[in-house]
Amino acid sequence: MGHVDGNALAGLFAEIFPFDVTAAVGRCAHCGSTGMIGDTMVYVASPGLIVRCASCDEVLATLIETSGRVWLGLSGVRGLTVPE
Amino acid sequence: MSSLPVEPVETRSPGEPPAAARTAWRVGTVIEARPETSSARRIILDIPDWPGNDAGQHLDVRLTAPDGYQVQRSYSIASAGLGSRVELAVDELPEGEVSPFLVEDLQVGDKLEVHGPLGGYFVWMPQSVTHDLRPVQLIAGGSGVVPLLAMVRSHAATADPTPFRLLYAVREQGDVFYRQELLQLAMSGLTLDFVYSRRAPRDWPVPAGRITKEALAAFAIPASEKPRVFICGSTGFVELVAGWLIELGHAAGDIRTERFGGS
Repeated sequence: MGHVDGNALAGLFAEIFPFDVTAAVGRCAHCGSTGMIGDTMVYVASPGLIVRCASCDEVLATLIETSGRVWLGLSGVRGLTVPE
Repeated sequence: MSSLPVEPVETRSPGEPPAAARTAWRVGTVIEARPETSSARRIILDIPDWPGNDAGQHLDVRLTAPDGYQVQRSYSIASAGLGSRVELAVDELPEGEVSPFLVEDLQVGDKLEVHGPLGGYFVWMPQSVTHDLRPVQLIAGGSGVVPLLAMVRSHAATADPTPFRLLYAVREQGDVFYRQELLQLAMSGLTLDFVYSRRAPRDWPVPAGRITKEALAAFAIPASEKPRVFICGSTGFVELVAGWLIELGHAAGDIRTERFGGS
């Protein structure tokens, strides 16, 4: 399975956050570049998702969905700017 | 076919939060379903509490088996604007878990669980909202035309003055989604170009084959005009085209992409 892009996160994140994550701007903790989350690369690997930076390909976030709960790791996101 | 009565979502201005606040799981009823191509189907849902959607947004469809097994897939929305009528065009993936059901089995009157509208990234809004005067280049690979059709429809319905051009890469004429409507829109404000990968119509100036950088340069608004570009298609198609556009001088920040995965 190849990757899709950050747009694919919209549905899952809408269950967690009260704002549209795909339109938010994140800063990569690895390379420092900024970009909209919709522009990231998302690798679908059961049972979760791996979100990678579009500039340096390092891992921004990991999302695991199991029965009744979601675990979200944000190891590679230094900050997130959310449109008000 | 005449274009649908779409209207822009005018309930928010650029500074306001996008659609996520209005996103929810909802139940839609199939009010129309008909073949779009030999492998795709147009499905029209009535979703009574649908808040409207921007052009380019998508929704998730969730199917639940009798044993409780659930599967969920994202589909772009072909319609835009206010109202409870939501249109999808779904291409059947032979190995798919959801699309064969939607294309082969789903009946008028059936209920469907949908989550949306989703996504504020791959959307186009009229000039009256964005005040962005730059031209717009849309590039579709196969069924990737669906969210771009929503943009073209919204552009036409709002009589938006932005120059709009669509480059549609498709296997052959029979695989073109919304062919009649696109040809009609091409007579009023849309510049429409096709690139055929498997078989071109007779007398077509470009021989059939995979899209090339030369074709892209010939059929896309040049970088000197600084167009905003929306590309939707398979991952391979999108990355190929986006890479060429950068080589042709387009700014990465002007290119928005929507890839639909591995197969």
